Amino acid sequence: MKAGAISKRQLSQRAAFSLLIIATIIVITPVLIIVLQIIINGASAISWEFLTQSPSQAGKAGGILPAIVGTFYLMLGTIVFALPLGVMAGIYLTEYAKENWLTRSINLAIVNLAGVPSIVYGLFGLGIFVLMFHFGMSLLAASLTLACQALAMTVTTSREAILSVPREYREGSLAIGATRWQTIRHLVLPQALPGIITGAVLAMSRSAGETAPILVVGAAFFLPRLPQTPFDQFMALPYHLYTVSAHVPGMPQGTIWGVALVLLVVVLSFNVLATIIRLRARQRRLNA
Amino acid sequence: MKMNSVLSNGKVIGQNETKLRTEAVNLYYGSFQALRNISLEIPERAITAIIGPSGCGKSSFLRLFNRMNDLITGARVEGGVELDGIPIYDTTIDVVELRKRVGMVFQKPNPFPMSVFENVAFGPRRHGRSNLGELEDIAERSLHQAALWDEVKDKLSQSALALSGGQQQRLCIARVLAVEPEVILMDEPCSALDPVATLKIEDLMRNLAENYTIVIVTHNMQQAARVSDMAAFLMMEEDRAGGLVEYGLTSELFTNPKDKRTEDYITGRFG
Repeated sequence: MKAGAISKRQLSQRAAFSLLIIATIIVITPVLIIVLQIIINGASAISWEFLTQSPSQAGKAGGILPAIVGTFYLMLGTIVFALPLGVMAGIYLTEYAKENWLTRSINLAIVNLAGVPSIVYGLFGLGIFVLMFHFGMSLLAASLTLACQALAMTVTTSREAILSVPREYREGSLAIGATRWQTIRHLVLPQALPGIITGAVLAMSRSAGETAPILVVGAAFFLPRLPQTPFDQFMALPYHLYTVSAHVPGMPQGTIWGVALVLLVVVLSFNVLATIIRLRARQRRLNA
Repeated sequence: MKMNSVLSNGKVIGQNETKLRTEAVNLYYGSFQALRNISLEIPERAITAIIGPSGCGKSSFLRLFNRMNDLITGARVEGGVELDGIPIYDTTIDVVELRKRVGMVFQKPNPFPMSVFENVAFGPRRHGRSNLGELEDIAERSLHQAALWDEVKDKLSQSALALSGGQQQRLCIARVLAVEPEVILMDEPCSALDPVATLKIEDLMRNLAENYTIVIVTHNMQQAARVSDMAAFLMMEEDRAGGLVEYGLTSELFTNPKDKRTEDYITGRFG
């Protein structure tokens, strides 16, 4: 082996690495540009008034408080329905359901739920919750609609979190006469909880960004007051962003970017929260 | 089976009642037969070792007694398995209650990811004990019995996962003792441990055999010879189903095996 000489193998290794690095840079560039552009253009619109006042003149003036509050209500409403149902279904599918064609088709159906276009969920919600159950165009109907969409995620993440709990724990517990439910309740669920919560938080952040489904089940174009009951219509950040950027002539550019910035902060902060929960759980497992 | 010889701990087997009994047991996993026609009687308050080459169904046989095989989809048992003369595969048997009476220690120590105290208290809590003082008494007694108390008495609230492998295994034994079982099944309890930890567990087993019926599956021939009163030698038949080759007093099985295959195995000619 001569010093200084670069062999053919090393050369091809360097070429491969360079290619991979370039690909990675290309992948993250659009994300960086989007985030930077939104921050640069939107920062000037952010003010105390913008965050705490109701809009006026179709959103051209005033703030976006109803849209922020509406989005938070939606996230809350979504998770209230999607988390318990998702966890319970996840427990059933992993711990109780027998391995047969029915279980396999249910699993397949759940995976495919995630692939259904969101506007289809919207139309489903319109048909079922708005019209059939007479919830009307409302926060409740929208929350239920988004919950249906979020279920795919909460069931899947709950299942994965439950499956990741070692079989040895379950055996140890059953072998000293604990029932299956006691084993799940006192051993499996506490271990799976960080994974479940992470999935729930991600599902919430995704719901916060949905525009199409809520469009047809209750989001208001312009409603400068906060919803008082679950049966009220509401404003939401993504839909507000859509209306101010596409449907209101003469809208100040700064306001549009400002709405986008607030939406981005809401969604990203929830993603960061999910990451923190996951990291802390991993840390605790390593220290234990 | 006639049992009237003196055990290694000075007891006379003839005085010990039969605790566990299998009668022409067949075990299937789906269409695969894992055990064929096994009949034997396991005496109470003694250590019975199940030995045999890998894959002969030792663990499957052990798991008959606390119905752990129930957890495997497609597992099916034919023939009789009895605890104190009661058929435990009867439909009226409460499996949870059975497993309280027949505890199990696994190959790999499996302490729960919680404190030492909570590990031992886990069983009693699930069986309805909630008084903290009472649970502390149970924990102390069980840890003493498992010869672990002196090593962990100052770290009861620390994570059980921080203990050494040998300590973890003794903790798992304490966890089983805490629910006051009658039988303790041990599935190669020392195979993940170093020789010193192994000896500690063996000493512990001898002490526990004063009050408990112990059935141990082991790969380690010396361990079976050192620790057990009775020994059963299982071997795979041609279709890979495990069958009983020989069963008797450990002292006789190891010094004067009746079957050629037993002799070949214990002298290390195969397996």
